[in-house]
Amino acid sequence: MGTTASQLGKDLLSEYQELTFLTKQEILLAYKRFSELLGKDEKDVLHERVPMDRILTLPELKSNPFRKRICYVFSTSDSKNGSLTFEDFLDLLSAFSDSATMEIKSHYAFRIFDFDDDGTLDCGDLEKLVNCLTGETDETKLTAEEMRQLISNILEESDIDKDGTVNLSEFQHVISRSPDFVR
Amino acid sequence: MEVDSVFYTDHSGRVNANPLLDQLPSYQSLLYRRKSSTVASKRRSSSRARLGSSGSGKWGVSTFGRNEEKPRSPVPQRPVRELPKTMAEKRTDKTQRQEENQELGRLGRLRLSARRFLRRLRDDAHERLSSLKLWRGDIHLIEGTFGTGILSYFSFLRFLVALNLFIFVLMFSFVMLPIIVAPSASGNITYNQNAGGPCRVYPSSARRGLVIFHEHITDLLSGGGFLEQTYLFYGYYQVDKIYFPNGTYNLPLAYLLVTVAYLFLSLIWIVKRSATGFKQNLVQDEDRFQSFCNKIFAGWDFCITNENAVRLKRSSLLYELKTDLEEERIKQKIADRTRKEKCRIYLIRLVLNLFVIAVLASCFYSIYVATVFSQKEQIKNNKENFIVDLVYEYLPSIVITMANFITPLLFSVIINYEDYSPAFEIRFTLMRCVFMRLTSIGVLLFSLWSQITKCDKEHCMCGYNHKLYSCWETRVGQEMYKLTIFDFIIIVAVTIFVEFPRKLIVNYCDCGLAKWWGQQEFAIPQNVLEIVYGQTICWIGTFYSPLLPAICTIKYIFIFYIKKVSLMANCRPATRPFRASSSNFFFLGVLLIGLALACLPVSFSLAQINASQACGPFVNYNTSWEVLPATVSQLPHGIKTLLFALSSEAFAVSFFVVTCLAMFYVIALAGAHKRVINQLREQLAMDGRDKRFLIQKLCQAQMVSGVNSPVSKSQPRRSSSRSSPSYHTSFSNNFNEAVFLAQPPPNSSTHV
Repeated sequence: MGTTASQLGKDLLSEYQELTFLTKQEILLAYKRFSELLGKDEKDVLHERVPMDRILTLPELKSNPFRKRICYVFSTSDSKNGSLTFEDFLDLLSAFSDSATMEIKSHYAFRIFDFDDDGTLDCGDLEKLVNCLTGETDETKLTAEEMRQLISNILEESDIDKDGTVNLSEFQHVISRSPDFVR
Repeated sequence: MEVDSVFYTDHSGRVNANPLLDQLPSYQSLLYRRKSSTVASKRRSSSRARLGSSGSGKWGVSTFGRNEEKPRSPVPQRPVRELPKTMAEKRTDKTQRQEENQELGRLGRLRLSARRFLRRLRDDAHERLSSLKLWRGDIHLIEGTFGTGILSYFSFLRFLVALNLFIFVLMFSFVMLPIIVAPSASGNITYNQNAGGPCRVYPSSARRGLVIFHEHITDLLSGGGFLEQTYLFYGYYQVDKIYFPNGTYNLPLAYLLVTVAYLFLSLIWIVKRSATGFKQNLVQDEDRFQSFCNKIFAGWDFCITNENAVRLKRSSLLYELKTDLEEERIKQKIADRTRKEKCRIYLIRLVLNLFVIAVLASCFYSIYVATVFSQKEQIKNNKENFIVDLVYEYLPSIVITMANFITPLLFSVIINYEDYSPAFEIRFTLMRCVFMRLTSIGVLLFSLWSQITKCDKEHCMCGYNHKLYSCWETRVGQEMYKLTIFDFIIIVAVTIFVEFPRKLIVNYCDCGLAKWWGQQEFAIPQNVLEIVYGQTICWIGTFYSPLLPAICTIKYIFIFYIKKVSLMANCRPATRPFRASSSNFFFLGVLLIGLALACLPVSFSLAQINASQACGPFVNYNTSWEVLPATVSQLPHGIKTLLFALSSEAFAVSFFVVTCLAMFYVIALAGAHKRVINQLREQLAMDGRDKRFLIQKLCQAQMVSGVNSPVSKSQPRRSSSRSSPSYHTSFSNNFNEAVFLAQPPPNSSTHV
């Protein structure tokens, strides 16, 4: 293992192991990757807050259409600018790890998909979601008619109390029956 | 800006909140995790930890009054890491719980620490086991580049390697190992007596004299010659019993039981592996497979890191969505068909199906003819040209491979005229291909059987044609061996001679051919059919050739690396995506069909066809199955009676009746549950409407009476639930003016 002075302490490591779903190797790897993101003058890996644009240079996030939402959701900053500390970063990795429970994943997925942060997925959220999935350019978007049909189908399938939006428990219910929702 | 409840802002730009809605029990009991300010978090997390919480009301303790301080007994709470909170909050939760645990007695603390220790142990063991998994790194790489659809193919391949290895270990340890260790363990092997008689003549097939080198290669490729009298084939196991110092080992019985065991255990393993996917597919049928929600919410593959793959994934998702929407429109169109159109379509379909059946029949007939011809040529033993000899040996395999190459193309052309919906088209073509592949093996075996049991006179003296097939099981084993080898050769040859040149042509040549052919796509269904075909051959052939599972294991290992290299170098991700979940179900479903098909010939030959009298372990019995009754009759009386009772008709009939009753009960239960679910859904919708109505009335009444009680800021506001803002939304959408209550905006008490 590396012999840098800024390595994680053992008790801190075991605390992180207990509080997240990550294994020891994964936490250390995350530490290494995160410290690479820091600038030269920022030494304190654990408490430094990395701005969002640097986080988005990570190859895993770079191609992800939801990258900005992921940063916003896991960020604990007061100014809501999507910057992450190391612990936020660990939370992010933990939620996406293989051993995270279904409830955690569906909870965070709901928050990521909730573009306007109002606690429900309404038509605007769903429309933005579909556009994220299919691409932003004009030729990759669905037509307005198709979008309307798609959204009405989604709501028909998942909106149980028929209020026109999908709330968290409806989302979790439909996700628990979606066989593809593993990652 | 995050707000607890969605309302239109009033003219001063401040957001108002309705205190009534915030006091709703459902609102409070459902915690929605927001990033909390540090000031509020400490206060809140203390009460939160006490109440034990999580995102939905399913687990956790629902609260009806924030100020109810219920003294918590140390019920097993969810581990801290399963709560959807920030690290800081989880840490405070943990310290809170630890403080609570101090109050417990020593026994309680001991129990908790034991539980924590066990959990950590389990996690570590899990981690170690998964790091031992074969090809973990390779599969991760494939996943990142191509997504979970193709990943499922490779993990299926890995599963087959494990399955074959397991079958081989089973066969080896119960059949071969006793023979091998008998001399060193001072065991006394009794061989089957060659008591004379015409049935027991077994001419040696070993080559004598000067052997030309290419004949060794022929032997290696066809399983004859020097390979025939080895552990590879059934004929070598002439052992009757092995007498160890401790007891007697009945090899024929072991051979039979291992055969039954490996088929049965394969079935159990496959069913176990497909259990989850199957359950979900069963559950979904009421909701049109929930395809839209599944695609939208679970559609994005978060494992993809490659830029290209992202673009392709997006376009494939778009394509899928458009196809689904199109399919809805087509369904509507189908429902609107006139009677005349329906008749025309049905007529076309009938004609095309007859055509398909005719094609299949001709393929099967050609396989039959090829097999018969090949068998006759082999028996004639006319050593002509080396190549021609090999061609004769491999003629059935060649014909089967060609048929399996042409028919899918034919099917995909025909299906265009049958006017089904797109999804059904894909599935139907696939079904036809599966049927073709697996039935061709059956036809091969049928033609072999017809040859083996056909004698010059009407009735075969030994039950089989002993002149031509003195050891017919070895012959069948050789055919299976040849099929396996040829399958492997074809896969390697296609990869090297078709896929690599294709890539070169497409990359470096700008001609029309390159544009039309396009870059290679990794066609998952065809590849899966290939390996299921190989696995079916392995299952059938293991009884006749006990070393075949080992050969198949090695073959699949090579195929993994070949396919991986070909994938990385040549292919781009498929434009028509194959969903990971449905693909798992598809793979295992096809594998089960293969297993069922493999069981048929094996059980038929065990029970009906007379075992060879000249070779093999079952020389002293009429059929292979007879070992079992013979052994049972030698067991002690009690066990014998029990076994007879179990296999009697009375038991079978009553077992069948009980199973039917259980099935009817379960079906009735499922129907009742479905009805209840529908009722509950209607009730939920109705309750939602009730709530909206009541709140609207209440707000109107409040507005009219002009009561604007300021909300006490000291009440820590639970973050907005997912249900209430929705009411607010629809409510505020409908009643703009009723929303505004003069209310100082909550600032620090909101979770920000």
